[in-house]
Formats: sequence, structure tokens, C-alpha cells
Amino acid sequence: MSDVVLPLLVALPIMISVLPLIFGLKYENAGWPIAMGGSLTVLALAVYTITEVAANGRLIHALGNYPQPYGIELVGDELSTLIVLLIGLVSVLVLVYSRTRGPYGNAFHSGYLLLTGGLLGVVLTGDLFNLFVFLEITGLVTYALVASDRSGKSAYAALKYVFLGTIGASLYLIGVGYLYVATGTLNMRDLQGAIETVGYTDPLIQAAFGFILVGFALKVALFPLHTWQPDAYAYAPDSVSAYISALVSTAAAYALIRISFDVFTVEFFLVNDLISTAIMAAASVSIVVGSLLALMQTEIKRMFAYSSVAQFGMIVAAIAVANETAVFGAIIHLFGHGLMKAGLFMAAGILAAVYGARTIDEYAGLANRSPFTAASIAVIGIALIGIPPSIGFLGKWFIGLGAVEAGEWGVAFVIFVSTMLTLAYVFRIIEKLYFDPPGDPHGHGSDHDHEHEHDGAATDGGHELVADTSAVTVGMVVMVVSITIAVVALGFSWELFFDLLAPVLERFFQ
Amino acid sequence: MTEATLVDVFTTRHAYVMFVLLASIGLYMMIANQNLVKKLIGLNMFQTGVFLFFVTTAFVQGGSAPVIPPDGSGGPFVSPLPHVIVLTAIVVGVSLTAVGLALIIRLYTEYGTLRADSLREVMQNE
Repeated sequence: MSDVVLPLLVALPIMISVLPLIFGLKYENAGWPIAMGGSLTVLALAVYTITEVAANGRLIHALGNYPQPYGIELVGDELSTLIVLLIGLVSVLVLVYSRTRGPYGNAFHSGYLLLTGGLLGVVLTGDLFNLFVFLEITGLVTYALVASDRSGKSAYAALKYVFLGTIGASLYLIGVGYLYVATGTLNMRDLQGAIETVGYTDPLIQAAFGFILVGFALKVALFPLHTWQPDAYAYAPDSVSAYISALVSTAAAYALIRISFDVFTVEFFLVNDLISTAIMAAASVSIVVGSLLALMQTEIKRMFAYSSVAQFGMIVAAIAVANETAVFGAIIHLFGHGLMKAGLFMAAGILAAVYGARTIDEYAGLANRSPFTAASIAVIGIALIGIPPSIGFLGKWFIGLGAVEAGEWGVAFVIFVSTMLTLAYVFRIIEKLYFDPPGDPHGHGSDHDHEHEHDGAATDGGHELVADTSAVTVGMVVMVVSITIAVVALGFSWELFFDLLAPVLERFFQ
Repeated sequence: MTEATLVDVFTTRHAYVMFVLLASIGLYMMIANQNLVKKLIGLNMFQTGVFLFFVTTAFVQGGSAPVIPPDGSGGPFVSPLPHVIVLTAIVVGVSLTAVGLALIIRLYTEYGTLRADSLREVMQNE
């Protein structure tokens, strides 16, 4: 009966999410403890599920005991529970961080729990239409959270995200409709065989994949469709940036992996050579352009946002390469990228809270004043480049190796180029942090970004950066440092991942 | 598959033609119109097109409403599943519209304009 844990994982955060609002009527600060309790429960359940799945194979729960394939089912296999664990971890970490950094309101904590529940739903569902509903729940809450600091800029960023995110989800829905017309089922496990019966070259099936792919490309922010993402990440409150950059696009990319290999299967890619080539080309452009745009940014959060465009390009390229090694790399990179971006955005948020530093120039000499945070940015940045030992290296290495194995030298070359570009933009930050004298007059001219009104205590740049240490607690720094340690330590763990994911990869590439 | 001419498509598959038209007009409106509220209406229209597609797929020639009497007789029935899907999707669409309008109201109180181009200008000068 351990499969009951799956509906619990999805339902619990969604049900708890009303509590902060209810208790908020009486107690002003009810939100945080409730959200923390919910997130810790999710983390505990996630740990339990992943040990259970690792020991006994995948769990399947038919909701309401409706017979399959008519009812909706939740499926927890090794891949989905790994992402569930990431969601549990990041939601606890970010909540510790947002305790002092804000946003504080009860509405924020309700949204936070709802978002956690939505993400868990995206990851655990085994039904295509149910996936759409959870994608939209995730999307809706994300739009609200991006705008939760009540500034005009964040509202504009959120509105942009509303338009593009909805179009993405609707395109996905069209794809699901085509699949339903072609096969008459929506259950993922059932569809696998049904699509094979219809035939992989059937135009309806190909069109369905096309719509689903473009829908997810919008959601994960691949290059020409990425325009919502830098604004949303840059103008959202720091805690929210950390959370959504780590999880929201990750969940969408997970869903793309799941649909590509569990629903359409690897045969589909083998038969439709043109489709995989096209995805690879688009993803490669995304990798290079994302890295180049990241290199051109002066604002730190924007730079990290464009770096995400490149990293997700890599994951999508690995999907199109479609062999065991590359997909293994994509899954590790998905997990690692989530951790790394959470750490980077949290660290950037600390520096913004204490010194009001939001651009690269303002980072000059901060390493002497915030040694732990600066070191975390440096180490996670180096992991993002892909220098071993780190989880960033593992992901890139296996994606690259898979591309070489498949004879896709173009993809391998693009990953190499992007590594060079990542090296360039990460070292720009490290150089500023460690080797530039503090109080550098550059960058405090008219283009200076007065973004830090929302924590009134922070200073406004100027020649003297005055520290406001009350904005940061030891706990926040400990969170960032522990993510850094995890990012490095996981660099030694590829066998662990391989043992865990072997059954999934076997199923994908039997 | 029989050879279908353009006329056939328009006379027997007009619901699908409507789906494509509605969705494209909505999408075009969302991209080309500078007024934020009209952009949102365009988005709604795009979604309505998708809903129309789902409802159309449920249609069965001569089918009745899928309410099965106790003795299990009757039929053929139209497929109920796409209807359920569209109901859910409509609810999702309504909440999206609500979130979008709330954001537009906040933008309007902050900047005093509903036009995307002037909004960008104001924000650049900020």
C-alpha cells in the first residue's frame, strides 16, 4: 500500500495551502510555520518514496480506483522521485531563506505551497491531460509569485509570462488533443502501445509531437521563445527567483523527457530523423545564443537567467540525441542545474540584501566582506562551467559523451563552445569579486539600477557600499554554503545516480 | 484516405477550419495589438479555438448525449471525455484571465497606461 504516498505528496501541499490564509485571519505570522511544516512533510515523504522506489521498483496509484486506462493514475518511478526529492529539498531551503528575506505575507506562503503541490503533480502524474492541469496550476501560481513584491516592473514581467506561458500550455493542449484523436487514450503507459499501433510516421502523431515540443519549449525557455524568462527571474523577489529558476522550468523539462521517451519512445526519434535533427539544431542555437546573451549582461540575475536558457538547451539537445548516455546526462543536469541555480540566486540575493549589489560592477571586492557567499558564487559558478568534481561537470560530460557516441559532433562542439562562454561570464564575476578593489567608481552612473527600494534599509550603491547586515541571517548563508557543498560532493556520485536511474533508462532504451 | 478537395474541407470540416481561424486570429491579436486588455482577449480567443477543437472531436454522427439509462440501452453516444476536458480547461482559462486582469490593473495604477509600447518606454526611462 506504499503507493498511497503518491496522492499524499500531491494533495497535502495543495490542501495545506489554504491554511495560511485561514489562520492569517487571526495570526499575522501564521504563514511561515505552516509552509515550513508542509515543505518538511513533503521532503520527508520524498525521501521515503525514493527509498521505496529504489528498493521495490516503480509505484503506480490509480486515483479513485478507476480501472486503467480510463482513470487517472499517478506514477512514481526512479526519475520522477528524483525530481520530487529536488522539489522537497529546494522548497525547504528557499523557505529558510525567505524567512528573513521575504516576501512575508500569508498569501505568499499559500502560493508557495500551491506551487509545490502543482510541481509535484506535474512530476508524478501519468495522464497527459492531468499534466496540462498541473502545468497550469504551476503557471498560475508562478505568475502571481513573480509579481508578489508589488512593483510595476515585476507586474510587467509577470504579465509577459502569463501570455507566453499560457500559449505554451495551450499548444501542449492542442498536441494532447491530436494524440487523443489519433489513439483515443490519454494514459501515458497506454499511449505508448497505442502510438506504435497508429504508426510513428502518421502525420497526426508527428503534428502532436510538434505541438507538445513547442509548448514545452516555451515553458522551459528555449532560445527564440525565452523572452519571458530573464524579466521574470530578474524582477521577481530574490526568494521567488531562486525557487522558480530551480524548479519551474525543470518540471517542464522533466515532463518533456517523460513524454518523449515514455509516450513517444525512442523509436519515434529513430523513425523521424528530421524531427530529431531539427530539435538538435534549435537546441544548439539556444545553447550558443543563451551563453552569448549571458556574457553580455551586466545585471547578475539576468546573467543567471540567460545561463538557464543555455543549460536547458543542453538538456533538450540530449533528448534529441536520444541515447542512454545523453539522457542520463540530461537527468543529472536537470537535477544539478536546479541545485546550482537555487544556490546562485540565493547567493545573489544575499549580496543584494546586504550591499544592494545587483550588477557585476557593484560586486567589486565583495569577497573580502562576504567571504562565504562570495566563495559559494565562485564555486557554484565553476560547477556551472563544468569543471570537475561537481554535478555540473557530470551532467555536461554525459551529455557530451552521449552526443559523441551517437556521432552528433555538432552537439558536442556546441557544448564545448558554451563551456568556453560560461567560463568567460563566470570569471567576470569571480574577477570582480576577488581581484577588483572595492568601491570601484564604474557602474554607478546614470544607468545604475535603483531596484532595491523594496528593502528600505539597503543602501543605494554610490561610491561607498554600506553593509546592512541585519537583512541576512546566518541561516541564509548556511543554506547557500550547504548547496555549494552538495554541488561539489554530488560530483563524486555518478554511480549512485546510475544505480538509481538504471531501471528507467532500461525502460526508455530497451 | 479519400482525396479531399478544399471545398470538401470547408463544407464537411468547417468546425476544424473555425478552430484554426479562431486560434490564429487570437494569436495574431495577442501579438499585434498594443492594448494589454485586447492582448488578453486575443489570448482568450486562442484558447477558445482550442476548446472548439476538443468539442468537435467528441462529435459522433447521430450520437446522443452520453447519459446511459439503467438498462444500458441506447447509443451511439458522443464521447464525454473531451467535454470534461474542455470544462476543466475553461476553468483554467477563467483563472488565467483573472490573474492577467489583476496584473493589468496594477500596471495601470502604477504607470497610467494600457499600451504595451508606451509601457516599455516609461519603464526604460525609469
